[in-house]
Amino acid sequence: MKLKLLIPLVAVTALLGLLLLGLGLNSRDLPSPLVGKPAPAFALEALEDPQTILTEQDFIGEVALVNVWATWCSTCRAEKPLLMELARAGIPIHAFNYRDEREAALRYLAMTESPYRTIAYDPAGDAGIDWGVYATPETYVLDAEGVIRYKRIGPLTRQLLLDEVLPLIERLRAESAGRAS
Amino acid sequence: MTRWTAGLLMLLALALSPGIALATAIGEPLEFETEAQRQQYETLTRELRCTVCQSETIHESNAELAADMRRRVYQMTRDGMSADAIVDFMVARYGDYVRYRPPLQANTALLWASPFLLFGGGLLVWWQVMRRRARPDDEPQFTDQERAALERLRRGN
Repeated sequence: MKLKLLIPLVAVTALLGLLLLGLGLNSRDLPSPLVGKPAPAFALEALEDPQTILTEQDFIGEVALVNVWATWCSTCRAEKPLLMELARAGIPIHAFNYRDEREAALRYLAMTESPYRTIAYDPAGDAGIDWGVYATPETYVLDAEGVIRYKRIGPLTRQLLLDEVLPLIERLRAESAGRAS
Repeated sequence: MTRWTAGLLMLLALALSPGIALATAIGEPLEFETEAQRQQYETLTRELRCTVCQSETIHESNAELAADMRRRVYQMTRDGMSADAIVDFMVARYGDYVRYRPPLQANTALLWASPFLLFGGGLLVWWQVMRRRARPDDEPQFTDQERAALERLRRGN
């Protein structure tokens, strides 16, 4: 009899536990089906030069980051110093300038240093859909073969870089070095 | 005068046309080759989730991403792709989450089964309660001492 009285208590505790767990989850942390797949194809004008057409091949060759940014995205601006540090450390960063205006983007990059090696201009979000972009900023890690190995929706943080991104880059570099020799 | 208005209309059409190429606004009149294509577009935009707004379909969302996705669905529909192919295209990029109606597969089995499981649980509780109510109260049990006391009382001494 005593045991039966405990059943509602256990049920309610389980339910509360489940709800508490739900509170801790970020509903924006969505798994990307693109991780493990080759970089999706695209053909876009370079931001600096409309005559140059960039494709996914311009992003591939060594372990690199692909950053999706826009001048209207304040989080991207906040993220930029961190990208600058990575670029100075010798990590190639390619980018999609997403749903932006060329003039504004060029002016923004002229004001300070640019962390980007290659910038594809995507004013209509065409490549955005193919790359499964939700919102800026977003960052992908490509391995030397151009396979997407990691995706971050939202800004990079120093903690995230130290915990996940940099160790991954180290590992991928070792992988490709191993394959080359 | 009429030439003027015609010219103005032309200008207006020109001014608006890049907007059509860039994104597809909500309720924007779209041209389809067949009625089946229109039907497919209308159905698909109500079945795909706007992944940034999360509780809206791309049919009703004002987000830019939703407009991009509507445009993609429109283009692919015009290109003659089937509804399944278009949904697969979106799922390959945004994951199962993009489908407003989750498909029945291994990782959604619990989701689909939960209403029936809850109903079954309720039925079980109801059955137990009814069974307990139907059972007559048990005969009172007395110890030997109590029995003796009762016997004494009955005899009246």
